[in-house]
Amino acid sequence: MLQLLHIELIKIFSKWRSYIGFLAVSILVPIIQVAMYSEGDQYFVLFTQQLRQVFDFTGHLNNGYLIAFIVLNSLFVHIPLLISLVAGDMLAGEATAGTYRMLFTRPVSRFQVVTSKFLAALIYVNALILWMSVLSLGLSVLVLGKGELLIIGSKITILAQDDILWRFGWGYLFASLSMCTVASLAFLFSALVENAIGPIVGTMAIIIVFTIISSLDAQILDNVRPLFFTNHLVGWRMIFDNPPEISRIFTSAGILLGHAICFYIAALSIMLRKDILT
Amino acid sequence: MSSGIPVIEAKNLSKNFGNVQAVENLDLTVCEGDIFGFLGPNGAGKSTTIRMLLTLIKPSSGDIHIFGKSLFSHRNEILRNIGAIVEKPDFYLYLTAYRNLELLGRISGANTSEKSIMEMLRLVNLHERAHSKVKTFSYGMKQRLGIAQALLHDPKLIILDEPTNGLDPVGVKEMRDLILMLAKERNKTIFLSSHILPEVEMIANRMAIINKGTTVVQGEVRQLLNGGRTTIRFTVNNMEKAKGVLAQSRWSNVVTHFDTTDIHLEVENEETAEINRFFVHNDVEITAIESTRSLEEFFLSITKESDNG
Repeated sequence: MLQLLHIELIKIFSKWRSYIGFLAVSILVPIIQVAMYSEGDQYFVLFTQQLRQVFDFTGHLNNGYLIAFIVLNSLFVHIPLLISLVAGDMLAGEATAGTYRMLFTRPVSRFQVVTSKFLAALIYVNALILWMSVLSLGLSVLVLGKGELLIIGSKITILAQDDILWRFGWGYLFASLSMCTVASLAFLFSALVENAIGPIVGTMAIIIVFTIISSLDAQILDNVRPLFFTNHLVGWRMIFDNPPEISRIFTSAGILLGHAICFYIAALSIMLRKDILT
Repeated sequence: MSSGIPVIEAKNLSKNFGNVQAVENLDLTVCEGDIFGFLGPNGAGKSTTIRMLLTLIKPSSGDIHIFGKSLFSHRNEILRNIGAIVEKPDFYLYLTAYRNLELLGRISGANTSEKSIMEMLRLVNLHERAHSKVKTFSYGMKQRLGIAQALLHDPKLIILDEPTNGLDPVGVKEMRDLILMLAKERNKTIFLSSHILPEVEMIANRMAIINKGTTVVQGEVRQLLNGGRTTIRFTVNNMEKAKGVLAQSRWSNVVTHFDTTDIHLEVENEETAEINRFFVHNDVEITAIESTRSLEEFFLSITKESDNG
């Protein structure tokens, strides 16, 4: 199994498309950093214009933590697409290339092949999130320094400088789980089709459709809405509440994990029954 | 060559895709040391059968035993001893030939030392392109790389589906020599599906012809080709005299055609000697006799019979 996993990782990192995600993050994050470094204070004043009529803002609020928080917020928009590029190609790519025939006539079970591919996709996702965290948190703190984190949402939260780092740690961990769920969905689509475009489009379509459905004010959806995995992809934000509601965080993580497992089992079951005709 | 010990035994093998019956109650026996030709017209079910032998497709019913063990309960153990090319050689185009062999070899439990891989690439004459990406390879080169990956883990049984596709005449001859060498010198059993009938005729000792998913005929190539009626070519010195005596004999209705020095007759096997005696008795000098029944003729006649039900 480890041998297969190693081989799958070699295959992933031998393809140029696997580096698109890393490249995108490497371009996106420094652009935000440069923008915030040069004009961040003006943005901050503009953004807090109304609040300044009530509150006084003091201290170094345009700091590395704020950048890392902004970048983490972008996760929901950009990263699923980048992840689908790779996770969606794991099985469909073999079908397109005709290499299923080579792979599935080896003395290893389909379960082992599919599972090693799934694990390789998850490792890729975590590597991407790790790279994003190094760039967005590490580099931002290095360039813009530390400070309090001001979060303006439905309520205003101000986190003390020494109360932030652990939240980012757990936040990135939760973000990894979110993106692993997205990767699992792309992997499931990858088992269903024979080209890599389908899983990318399918995954993004599911995320968009379920996000729209979630925002519909229909009573009929009240019971099922909390179970939509798309509602929990940004569950990491709860870690930045003060104090964080641990039970809600675990519920969200459980729903994401449950979906990821279901997507994997469905993909595995399809592949175990599939006749290889390509 | 053939030891008589069955390596592949398929019984009542069937596969349907929805309403389409691709293979129906197919029986197949391939023995150790055989070069087994697997023939059939397009759509006969050859590829489906090969895919079932390699567990790419699950049969709807029937049994497959390979090396005396059930394929479904001893899959990995059996596949460890099979090397195969199925239809066309597809590889990871973004990897080099060397890397492809290394990865596929590692999954098969082959010796993937540099020496071993380079030896295999040398065998198929790709050693100079070992570190080129496969996307730069021609179809013929990929076909040769396909042979290399099939042999890398030193399997006992080699399943080749159209292995000469895309090869130039030199490549075809090299492939033929390679298959013969593998069977004779390395005691491999070869299961060869091909459309090039003279190729199969030249190298296979046993064969099966399938049509509409069913085995039409199976057995020793030599026996199958000589069984039934045979076309005999008599080369004569005096064609006019030969034509004259034939015209007045009971053999006139078995003559298929004449050319400059040859008379072609379609007769039963045992009648050959009798016709020879007839010519000698009538002072027609015979300079050569040749019994010819090509696989192509046999294949066409047998599939036509099967088509007619």
